[in-house]
Amino acid sequence: MSSGTSVEGSTSITSQRNIFSRLWNDKETRSVIVQIIALVALFAFFAFMIRNAVYNLEAIGKGFSFDFLWQPANYDINQRLISYDSRSSHMRAMQVGILNTLLVAFAGIVLATVLGFILGVLRLSKNWLTNKIAYVYIEYVRNVPVLLHILLVHGIMVHSLPKPKSAINVGDAGFLTNRGLFMPKPIPEPLLWAVIALFVAGIIFAIIFRSWAKKVQNETGKIYPVFWISVFAIIILPVLAYFLLGSPVNWEAPELKGFNFRGGMVIRPEFIALWLALSFYTAAFIAEIVRAGILAVSHGQTEASMALGIPRGRTLKLVVIPQALRVIVPPLSSQYLNITKNSSLAIAIGYMDITATIGGISLNQTGREMECMIIVMALYLLFSLLISMFMNWYNKRIKLVER
Amino acid sequence: MRQSNQGKQQYEPGTHPDLPPPLGTTGPIKWMRENLFSSPTNIALTILAAFFLYKIIPGAVSWSITDATFIAEDRNECRALNSGACWAFIAQRWGLFTFGFYPEDQRWRVVLAFVLLLMVIVALLWENCPGRKVLFKFALIFPFVATWLLLGGFGLEPVATDKFGGFMLTIIIGVTGIALSLPLGILLALGRQSNLPIIKYACVGFIEFIRGVPLITLLFVASTMLSYFLPPGTNFNLLLRVLIMVTLFASAYMAEVIRGGLQAVPNGQIEAADAMGLKYWPAMRLIVLPQALKISIPGIVNTFVGLYKDSVLVIVIGLLDPLGIGQASLADTKWQGLSTEVYLFVAIFFFVSCYAMARYSLYLERKLHTGHSR
Repeated sequence: MSSGTSVEGSTSITSQRNIFSRLWNDKETRSVIVQIIALVALFAFFAFMIRNAVYNLEAIGKGFSFDFLWQPANYDINQRLISYDSRSSHMRAMQVGILNTLLVAFAGIVLATVLGFILGVLRLSKNWLTNKIAYVYIEYVRNVPVLLHILLVHGIMVHSLPKPKSAINVGDAGFLTNRGLFMPKPIPEPLLWAVIALFVAGIIFAIIFRSWAKKVQNETGKIYPVFWISVFAIIILPVLAYFLLGSPVNWEAPELKGFNFRGGMVIRPEFIALWLALSFYTAAFIAEIVRAGILAVSHGQTEASMALGIPRGRTLKLVVIPQALRVIVPPLSSQYLNITKNSSLAIAIGYMDITATIGGISLNQTGREMECMIIVMALYLLFSLLISMFMNWYNKRIKLVER
Repeated sequence: MRQSNQGKQQYEPGTHPDLPPPLGTTGPIKWMRENLFSSPTNIALTILAAFFLYKIIPGAVSWSITDATFIAEDRNECRALNSGACWAFIAQRWGLFTFGFYPEDQRWRVVLAFVLLLMVIVALLWENCPGRKVLFKFALIFPFVATWLLLGGFGLEPVATDKFGGFMLTIIIGVTGIALSLPLGILLALGRQSNLPIIKYACVGFIEFIRGVPLITLLFVASTMLSYFLPPGTNFNLLLRVLIMVTLFASAYMAEVIRGGLQAVPNGQIEAADAMGLKYWPAMRLIVLPQALKISIPGIVNTFVGLYKDSVLVIVIGLLDPLGIGQASLADTKWQGLSTEVYLFVAIFFFVSCYAMARYSLYLERKLHTGHSR
């Protein structure tokens, strides 16, 4: 945007110059000119690309339509949350893929957050040994590509775990084999709904009780043990009810038949490998974020809180964590986005997520690269948008309210 | 000074020489007391950690070193010789892992290019380097020299890019991406901060789109779809397409990092530059960017490390980086089932280079932290 460096100084020279240079040296007009040029260039660029695409597609007789989504997909997906078989449509395959992506992303976010917070606290620990173990873990995991972690965990699971015949028995509840973790499948009886209803009621009660207790505390200073009462309502009561009603769930146990287990539920090694690797990898980044967040709360805050006679646990809960969260949440949300995007690496080990279904097998079978990639990208953009909207909302909620 | 009746030395008040400190407050004992056994929780943590290490380290060491095989002809020989890792595989395919399928009699060119790259890097990073000025000038022509050396032509035997592979490919993608994404990222960040709406929204749209999709989908686009958007008949090199995509991808992240730095530069700086009569570009180049870039160094290096690590993703579109070479070699029946060894080997390579980058960034941060050090 600069126009040489010479003139500017005297008006007499400027006035002698031609009209173009006068326009160019005026800040307002120059910005308009620059923008018009940029706009024209952008339009020309996109028009050129679209014209080429239209011409090229026509030349090989492909056209551009999403009709293929309703044709039968003709391939199998072994890990799925909804019913699907090889006669289902590509659309259905895509839905299976979406759910699989969401499943691994959600499970990964939960595990990575828990692990990351633990590691972050260990990294700050005064104990030299735990501190260094956490340091070595974080530095190793952060500096190695996530794809390698995924392949390594998957390789270990497939090559080192026993065959179904000699499965590792996990407390009679599951069987760990190189074909996945086989678990009993719950088959609900009608009375289970009563337990679930109680559980939901417990959550609602806890929310109401919490706001009521807060009000009482604001008015009278009386403090109720909100946490323990909530735990009782949400967890202990439904568990008690479950056993009082005589465990209203039938468990269909997996049985070893021939070379593999039949019945029950199976979590494939692909899912486990992807989930663990994504979580371990992201946990290392979250640990650093948590560490930075806690260090950002000045020590004076803790000291002041202690001086006011607030006990240690409450100091942590009321003074340190709220301030640390303000520093932690924005980068944390970008880590959540990263987990979701990195879950697309599933394709390397054959976990059927969006990229592997619609962007992989469907694409290869139908030859509709353009349509499939548009769908895949649009879906990831949508997920990114949803996660950042949620995290922005949460961030706003915990932000410092300034007067 | 006088002798006491009890045979003990007596001192005038104030003349007693300093006694050595109590045993428990110095040296390793003090250190262990403070760092390992300061409280009951601490003791429990120490015991737990020591137990954890005891469980892991002996097994890892015996698997990877003492029980490992370093020289063997195939997997079965490995198995017969020892129970641990089979590094013989890596040793035998060392050339493949480093150079891919680059013709063997031409590999000196890659080595030469790499040595030149190291010289340039040393000159860039080490400010007391002898002959730094000359090397700086050389750094400007290095990209052309390296391209010539690697691709051939002009007197050298030409080598097609599909022969490139192994660590060489990783380094090519990493270095090109790093060198190009920084300037592009700066431009994008400035564009995003610009008060010309069209330029601003074009940059925002580009950055947010790239950041919203996984790199793997962009690589798919590069490998399958890009030819649709080009005039009929054009067909350009897959490696070049990948380099462009990786650079664009990294530059969007870079732009966000630099935007953070730009926002941290106080407005007064820009106003002062205006008051001095500086135009937009000189003001940015001389006043704003030096400060903004200094602030964003950790983020920039993180993006570099991320880009370098992301280069392994090229295996999904069929380029043979070390991981791709490893997977292809594992298909050899002689060596089946060695995936752990291969992945660990590649992991160590990445760890060493990325950790080095991270350490250098820490050093740079400390060095550039002028101003407010106490």
